[in-house]
Amino acid sequence: MISKEEVKHIAKLARLGLSEKEIEKFQNELSSILDYIEKLKEVDITGVEPTSHSVLVENITREDKENSKFRVSSPKLLDLAPDKKERYLKVKQVL
Amino acid sequence: MDLTELTIKKTHEGLTKKEFSAIELCRAYLDRIKEKNKEICAFLSVSEETAFSRAKKVDDKIKEGKEIPMLAGVPAAIKDNILVEDLKCTAGSKILENYIAPYNATVIEKLTEKDAVILGKTNLDEFAMGSSTENSAFGPTKNPHDLDRVPGGSSGGSAAAVAADLCVFSLGSDTGGSIRQPASFCGVVGLKPTYGAVSRFGLIAFASSLDQIGPITKNVEDCKIVFNAIKEKDKLDSTSVGSKVENWNLKIENLKIGVPKEYFVKGMDEGVEKSIKEAIKKYEEMGAKIVEVSLPHTEYALSCYYIIAPSEASANLARYDGIKYGLSKNEGKDLLDVYLQSREEGFGAEVRRRIMLGTYALSAGYYDAYYLRAQKVRTLIKRDFDKAFEKVDAIFTPVSPTPAFKIGEKIEDPLAMYLSDIFTISINLAGLPALSLPCGEVDNLPVGLQIIGKPFEDDRILEIGRLFENI
Repeated sequence: MISKEEVKHIAKLARLGLSEKEIEKFQNELSSILDYIEKLKEVDITGVEPTSHSVLVENITREDKENSKFRVSSPKLLDLAPDKKERYLKVKQVL
Repeated sequence: MDLTELTIKKTHEGLTKKEFSAIELCRAYLDRIKEKNKEICAFLSVSEETAFSRAKKVDDKIKEGKEIPMLAGVPAAIKDNILVEDLKCTAGSKILENYIAPYNATVIEKLTEKDAVILGKTNLDEFAMGSSTENSAFGPTKNPHDLDRVPGGSSGGSAAAVAADLCVFSLGSDTGGSIRQPASFCGVVGLKPTYGAVSRFGLIAFASSLDQIGPITKNVEDCKIVFNAIKEKDKLDSTSVGSKVENWNLKIENLKIGVPKEYFVKGMDEGVEKSIKEAIKKYEEMGAKIVEVSLPHTEYALSCYYIIAPSEASANLARYDGIKYGLSKNEGKDLLDVYLQSREEGFGAEVRRRIMLGTYALSAGYYDAYYLRAQKVRTLIKRDFDKAFEKVDAIFTPVSPTPAFKIGEKIEDPLAMYLSDIFTISINLAGLPALSLPCGEVDNLPVGLQIIGKPFEDDRILEIGRLFENI
């Protein structure tokens, strides 16, 4: 069983606000899912390379020029921002 | 003639022979959506205006005597995690409730080039996380075959829309079964293409190494038409490789079909097992050779998936911060409060659960034990398939161990819900193409046969599926 402190720590890392009630709920749910996942410990993985993508992914490079195929106007993107000032996103103080 | 029952090909024929206009067709579908969507809840939003203007364009071309593409004027529905410019794209989440897509996904560009008519956006489990569409922030979709049951998920809205004749075809996305399982529950055809065959650009990311966009259609021929229309190597998606155009002249007597013994285990619904075995028998009667194969790491696939997918999701969903777009809670004292509160209010239970699980698996001290180990097990799962495919051309399994379950039956038990994807997730881990094909019924509920192919042999499994429809 993972502890309340661990749940709080993970939630903080994930930047996820949790209520007290939810902390207990996650303690139970995450523990039961993690118990199930324990099954992976049975597998012999000696000498096995990890797979991140099923197909061979290669680095793709291009000249450092504007991409003419894909263009989104910046006003359209800025319009989506919840809070802005002129052409800047506005955020609360960090420190 | 009932316009809303036609396949893509029949619709195209009707349009070119001027039996009906694209506007009439569009109106017929929009009327039917108005009538049926209240009870089925397949669509989250309907874009009447853009649909009619697109349809009119097609009618003008026909009037001018121009040749039109196969998909021209054909009404389609798009899963609401695929961006369509200037339309709302919610991903089934409160955090994107008012988000207007600023550009088109590549698949939408491809459909638009071919003058397809987009009717609207379909319901899904929030951020495509779920197997029943019950995790949508905007209420569940109902299965058109039985309104008390789920349509499957996460592309439940897209599958239900095709099954209820609310569109000719739809697009879904599949990360662990999200096209195939709802197609199976709703009795329609669904294809999860090979990873990389279709561009993911403009698909709201869930687990980037597993996600693929694919078609949901009324028959295999339509599925092939839509797949060929959307597949391409795309500069905007560095993992896209496109697909070789192949016309498989299948000779059934040369076809070797593998049946993995690990997929016929206890816990499977008897009726489902019977339907699948009968379908396999039909292929045998047509002359195919049936071979037992083994995929020994099958029992670890679900655990492997529930580390890899949530880990990738926790990273992908970090972008929803209440700053750039989407829901923003601004009442706290500093920036951290904006993050915490926006994400607390914006994300639903399943999404939060997976973010927590993924963050845990990636956190310091656990990375090697969980994420790295899962990636190694993923290699073993992929090798199982490579080995099986040395002996056979395709692998047949059920899509899901049960037919559509009741709404509410599994929503309180995450593990039970995860288990309904037990036959589909290995395919995403291995990146293979797989088709969900209606093959029978249990108590009037559809059952789907899963046809799994070698990488980039999507067209071949479509041809194999077509053989069954032709019986």
